[in-house]
Amino acid sequence: MTTLEWLSDPNPKSRLQARAAQGWLAWLRFRRNPLAMLGLGITLALVLMSLFAPWLAPHDPIAQALSDRLQPPLTAGHWLGTDDFGRDVWSRILYGSRITLYIVLLVILTAPVAGLVIGTVAGYFGGLVDSILMRITDIFLAFPKLILALALVAVLGPGMVNAVLAIALTSWPPYARVARAETLTVRNSDYIAATRLLGASSARIIWGHVMPMCLPSVIIRVTLDMAGVILTAAGLGFLGLGVQPPLPEWGLMVSAGRKFLFEQWWVATMPGLAIFIVSLGFNLLGDGLRDVLDPRGAGR
Amino acid sequence: MAATEASPPPRHGLIRLLRQSGSTALSLAITFLGLLAVTFVIARIVPVDPVTAILGERATAAQIAEARARLGLDDPLWQQFGIYVWDVLHGDLGQSIRTREPILSEIFRYFPATLELATIATILGVLIGVPAGVLAATRPGSWPDQLLRLVGLMGYSMPVFWLGLMGLLLFYGELGWVGGPGRLDSAYDMMLDFKVPALTHMILVDTAMAGEWEMFGNAISHIILPASLLGYLSMAYISRMTRSFMMNELGQEYITTARVKGMPEARVIWVHAMRNAAVPLITVIALSYAFLLEGAVLTETIFAWPGLGRYITDALLVNDMPAVLGGTIVVGAVYIGLNILSDLLYRLADPRAR
Repeated sequence: MTTLEWLSDPNPKSRLQARAAQGWLAWLRFRRNPLAMLGLGITLALVLMSLFAPWLAPHDPIAQALSDRLQPPLTAGHWLGTDDFGRDVWSRILYGSRITLYIVLLVILTAPVAGLVIGTVAGYFGGLVDSILMRITDIFLAFPKLILALALVAVLGPGMVNAVLAIALTSWPPYARVARAETLTVRNSDYIAATRLLGASSARIIWGHVMPMCLPSVIIRVTLDMAGVILTAAGLGFLGLGVQPPLPEWGLMVSAGRKFLFEQWWVATMPGLAIFIVSLGFNLLGDGLRDVLDPRGAGR
Repeated sequence: MAATEASPPPRHGLIRLLRQSGSTALSLAITFLGLLAVTFVIARIVPVDPVTAILGERATAAQIAEARARLGLDDPLWQQFGIYVWDVLHGDLGQSIRTREPILSEIFRYFPATLELATIATILGVLIGVPAGVLAATRPGSWPDQLLRLVGLMGYSMPVFWLGLMGLLLFYGELGWVGGPGRLDSAYDMMLDFKVPALTHMILVDTAMAGEWEMFGNAISHIILPASLLGYLSMAYISRMTRSFMMNELGQEYITTARVKGMPEARVIWVHAMRNAAVPLITVIALSYAFLLEGAVLTETIFAWPGLGRYITDALLVNDMPAVLGGTIVVGAVYIGLNILSDLLYRLADPRAR
């Protein structure tokens, strides 16, 4: 039996086969959407860029070469030009992709998890617990994200870890909302009641039987949120509150190029373009994923 | 939430509306209190010691003890929080460390500039976004629909500070179509204080009221670029939401009925469907307005726009925490206010929500 036949077998023999077939069907649907495929391509390119940055970059991203400063694009050896310290813009963008990816990974490992726990606990227990947790969620939602992040970074001090903390602290509430809504729909179902009758503890029910049901919606939100995380991180970097120089963070690079925008336009333009392309990629990917995984929200 | 609550007994419409608004207002009051709790905690853990910030590094121990007592730093925390809430509710946001002026009166001078920018941007966003969304909803899958989807996603993906720089580079640097950063050319800026009384602190309103039409025109050439860029972001959001609400309505049976009756398509779309789609759209527009107040932080930095966002970022750079937190509280309060407003409008517009 070929792999394709195994995947399209209408009578799956095992749980693994059924799941793989589901995934295969989703992929077939996803593949039909050219914009979503473009998004996937951009995202994969970002990952490859950051993995192979040392081999792809023609120059050192940090070492200064003042004799080569402010070379325009398409000069020999610097196809995106150089900045005011003579550093190759393309090499810096390549290494910057590592920082971007690193920030995104740190945020998506913390905020959605926190939101998931808070949302499922609130939804499962209901009553007073729900009221208190949801009130806290509302308070954090009432803050404009970027401004709360600014205030937090101002207190914690600028830097990458603090920027990640600030972004994570401002982006968990929507996940809590989503997870709570999903929990409410499964809370009273028979399989939960059956598990409870078997003597499972609340923690076990939430962990093993409620959270998995919330995962698809949370994952869709994560992909749609990643662009926002990138933009906020870049915004903090641009204001000088995120990653500090000389690290090649894209927002920081735009801010450095701002001084000579009208004379040497490429220094600010190129890293900004990178931010734009990458967040567009995540948005297209998230949009496509939503159409595939969540037919209810399709077309929104 | 509504799914779990039992439906309340039917009551007289207006009374119920008031009751529901009352409970909304109560929950929002709690939210505001929570917001103050968060800023209070932030202010407490700030590494900059308020006493040193006021007295400087070389104060004597007696001076420090006196200042601590005067600032109430020796009181128990809950008492400090109580005083803090009391002060904020009375409009006392403290004093800016940088300028030694009361923060609230400073914000009164800065906020109108942000409001002006965000209002024009929202108007642009609604004027373009709503028709575009309707067009896309009536022809799903067509090329205008695809185009709108792409333009919308691009808006979501655009770093707003970079968009501002690119706008300046193209429309100011290369083409010279618009004025540069700031609210006026510097020549006009110097005359501003003499010729135009700052009644509202909104440059367009003030210059128009003073009858300085040349200056008014100059102000327009400066506001048009940042307002259009913010308007684009708001358009991206409003058009996509309009599309989804309209699609939802156009699939309903009353639309089929209207079409079967032979009603002109324009009337079906703009009168029948739009009236129902407009209800959730109100909330969306209020939200995008609030979102623009936030997007203004970065835009104002780029365009040297003397608004609230610039006030906060400038204060940040010199570690003026009371000013940062004061600005944060005001923005949060406006957020909450817009939420109350959209909630009220929603209830007024949709009989089912009453």
